[in-house]
Amino acid sequence: MALLSKKDANLILDPLADNNPITIQVLGICSALAITAELKASVVMSISVLFVMGLGNVVISLLRNLIPSKIRIIVQLIVIAALVIIVDQVLKAFAYELSKTLSVFVGLIITNCIIMGRFEAFALGNGPWRSFLDGIGNAFGYGIILIIVGFLRELLGSGTLFGIPVLGDPIAKTGLYAFGYENNGFMIIPPAALIVVGVLIWIQRAQNKSLIEEA
Amino acid sequence: MLEHLELFFKSIFIDNMVFAVFLGMCSYLAVSKKVATAVGLGAAVIFVLTVTVPLNWLLDQYILQEGALTWLGPEFADYDLSFLSFILFIATIATMVQLVEIVVEKFSPALYNSLGIFLPLIAVNCAILGGSLFMQAREISSFALALNYGFSSGIGWFLAILAIAAIREKIRYSAVPAPLRGLGITFIITGLMGIGFQSFGGMLTGDNEPPAAEEVVETIAPVDLKELTQDQTETEKDQETEETNKDLVLNP
Repeated sequence: MALLSKKDANLILDPLADNNPITIQVLGICSALAITAELKASVVMSISVLFVMGLGNVVISLLRNLIPSKIRIIVQLIVIAALVIIVDQVLKAFAYELSKTLSVFVGLIITNCIIMGRFEAFALGNGPWRSFLDGIGNAFGYGIILIIVGFLRELLGSGTLFGIPVLGDPIAKTGLYAFGYENNGFMIIPPAALIVVGVLIWIQRAQNKSLIEEA
Repeated sequence: MLEHLELFFKSIFIDNMVFAVFLGMCSYLAVSKKVATAVGLGAAVIFVLTVTVPLNWLLDQYILQEGALTWLGPEFADYDLSFLSFILFIATIATMVQLVEIVVEKFSPALYNSLGIFLPLIAVNCAILGGSLFMQAREISSFALALNYGFSSGIGWFLAILAIAAIREKIRYSAVPAPLRGLGITFIITGLMGIGFQSFGGMLTGDNEPPAAEEVVETIAPVDLKELTQDQTETEKDQETEETNKDLVLNP
């Protein structure tokens, strides 16, 4: 890539698969599971996290030499909280129904460990541009899992994508339903998200043996 | 009294922090390899939730809510500062955690050694902020109820991490497929436990309940969960009625 050096490009590409925040670093699970019953909510959540992480990483990186290390956690929380308030207010103004579906989980972006984790691990020791790349890279890695889980759960659970029926009409028995296919109501309940993510981890580690944990 | 008991059991079992709303999953997954450490973290979570939820309830009632500032004078009645709740809640939590850490270190070094290392972790545990945000979203009506809610949610979280730590200690001796080892199998077990906990959902919706109590149940249920289950039951109902219709047609 001409725009980015190879090292910088890796900052964005690594978190997408081999260093994925959810399946490998195990950060930011809470919100990833709770709101993935619908694809739309997953996409909005990913965009919100992208915004907060990209900007937050830059702000922390700019302030990194000014923050006394003893109170850095509080400073980081305040920066994130301020950004999350912006996201929350924007959602309330332009997508009120959706912000109700997400309910407290927008607020919980504040304690999304992935953001704090990247602040601690990266932004405190690197310049603003690289921190920004790291932030959006990790947010993409987070978003990709959210969208996969949201896609599977909505498709198998309700037979819709973004609320649009794609498998036919379950009531009128058209499309796939004409052959006796049924929606799996199990996919809609919250614990199904855990099982879907568990299976994703299984697939990823079966593909890449170096990620397998020691017994 | 009944209200308190109901909230207590509801927060522990039906709206369990881990199994129903997935709060505090990060530390739940990271610190559940041994029962002893899980107990330490669980105790710290109960403690911090019991302190911060009522504290944030006071903040919410007397500073943040629309019209909450009337005690300053009638000209403040129109102020609505609820958009500040995230920042104030998290600041309260972070300061409380630091304060608790300092106090515990000073007065009980033994407790500090067993609990202390987990306290900084807790400031960013979603269960703590989630407790306060749910307290606000469900409009818990009194200080005592907020105290109860914080305490019982903490117990629910404690039970969850204790259970998974015990299972993980045992599962080390099982032949788990290599790619599932560790994280993967923990996710799947948690999912299965969550399905088990779903069955508590019917606990408080028996026939003997007076209608007023049912209303409380309605307002307390988390928004997303409620909508989803409603959708589900609606589609189920549709399918059922359709099946009966089909039967009628087939067997007149």
